[in-house]
Parts: sequence; structure tokens; C-alpha cells
Amino acid sequence: MSETKSETGAVTTSQSTQPRATAEAMNTLRPRVNIFEDAEGITLEADMPGVSKDRLQVQVDKDTLLVEGDVQLALPEAMEAVYADVRATRYSRSFALSGELDVDHIDASLKDGVLRLRIPKREEVRPRKIEIRAG
Amino acid sequence: MFGRLMNLEGDLFDEFRRMQEELETAFGPRAWPAGIRSAVRGTFPPVNVGATPQGVDVYCFAPGLDPAKLDIAIQQNLLTVAGERPVEMPEGVEYFRQERFSGPFKRVIALPEDLDPEKVEARYTDGVLHVAIQRRATTQPRRIEIK
Repeated sequence: MSETKSETGAVTTSQSTQPRATAEAMNTLRPRVNIFEDAEGITLEADMPGVSKDRLQVQVDKDTLLVEGDVQLALPEAMEAVYADVRATRYSRSFALSGELDVDHIDASLKDGVLRLRIPKREEVRPRKIEIRAG
Repeated sequence: MFGRLMNLEGDLFDEFRRMQEELETAFGPRAWPAGIRSAVRGTFPPVNVGATPQGVDVYCFAPGLDPAKLDIAIQQNLLTVAGERPVEMPEGVEYFRQERFSGPFKRVIALPEDLDPEKVEARYTDGVLHVAIQRRATTQPRRIEIK
């Protein structure tokens, strides 16, 4: 199962061949995630502080789930940065999905900078309890 | 705004410049030297600090918190932000990644001395805590009119 969650895309690919892509990756934040699975599906929680609902993008392209968001802060005018742990204003991270997941029924919610995605498994691959009739 | 601290060009020299900047941030002379209470990079929550002639703005990137349970205090030019982040861990599931911070946290940020601890405003939006502290009126730059 674990290989289905390996990452692809902008953050991890293009290390040395494309300097521009590298710079892009460097200026992109990788949101920290928790991913767990139960019988009915997979849940992904991502920390994306500073991202509002209208600046969040969740896309599925073929087998790749892409989560992106832009940080918007209320910055006063003429502000000089004194110290910065966070040095980029864009989050981006992608995940490879596997075939048993039902990408048409992904449920997404964003609250206080935490994105929560629920990716159900297809009906036919969900474990079914087989009732044993007394006979 | 904080973009000025990062490189936007893609060439190798910018890469070196960025590394140099990082080193300078860690060891070299800056506007504010690294405080004795400053935390290691990667500590939760990440913090950005900006300064204006009117005051200092502190941004704590702390998503998924109940702002009512945050403890924000200023004492002797030290801003303390403390709280606890409960990350629910459902039982009976299989975990593949567990990167999100969970548990109690505390960050102490050294402030310049000319701030007025009475004039503080804190706001929690989209998981970012923004604390704005004004400078004392006497230390703000004043425009002198020529008659």
C-alpha cells in the first residue's frame, strides 16, 4: 500500500537539470501532512496556515493529487522583514493515488489553515462483511 | 514582503547568495542578533517578524488552533506565545505519514525595547496568529514642519 502514496511532481522532481524548476521548488513550501487509512478510505490532513478557501486548489490529474495554496497575510505598508522562518508564499505538494480510490468523490474542507481531504475507496473494493447464515 | 529574503531567479549564483544569506542569518550580523531564547528552525509554530516605523508585527503560522486557548503575553520585551495543538489520532487506522506537530508548544520572541506593551492587537486568521505591537509614541519618527 505504501508505494501508492509516494510523491511525484514539482517538489521532488527536477533537482539539477532545470534550475528554474529547482528555484520554484525552493520557493515553495511543502505542507506537513498526516495520512491515514481505514477500511472505507484515506484521510489526508495538511497544514497550510495563511491560505484562505479561495486561494486553495485541490486537483486530481489522472493519478496525481495536487494540493496548492497561496499564503496571504495582512502586511502593513513599509514593513521590513526582520526574521522569517517562512520564506515562501506558496504551498505545493502532490501525491500519487492508486486505482482503488474514488477520485470523483473526494471531500475537502479547510478550517483555520488545516486542509482535510477524505478520499473514499471505490464501492467494489471496500471490504464487505459476509454474513454467515445458520443453516 | 518576506519574499525579499528569498531568491526569485533561477541561476546558480542566486543559489549561493541564498546560502550565504542563510549563513548570515545564523551567524552573521543582522538587524537583530539571534536571541538567546530563539528557537531552532523547524520549531512549531514557524514565526515571521516584520518591523515598521509604527511597530512590530509577529506572525505565528499555527494552524488548527482554538484561539481562545492561546496564551499570549508580553513581559519585559519578550513576547510569549504558548498553547497546545490537539491533533486527533483516530484509533484503528493505518498511518502512512505523521508530520503534523501535536502537543504543547511555546515560543518566545525578543522584541525591541521601544514597544508599548499596552498597545497590542492579536488576530487569528486562516491559522495564522498576527500580533501587532505599537512603538511608544515618543520613539515614533515625527515629521517636523518648517514654518
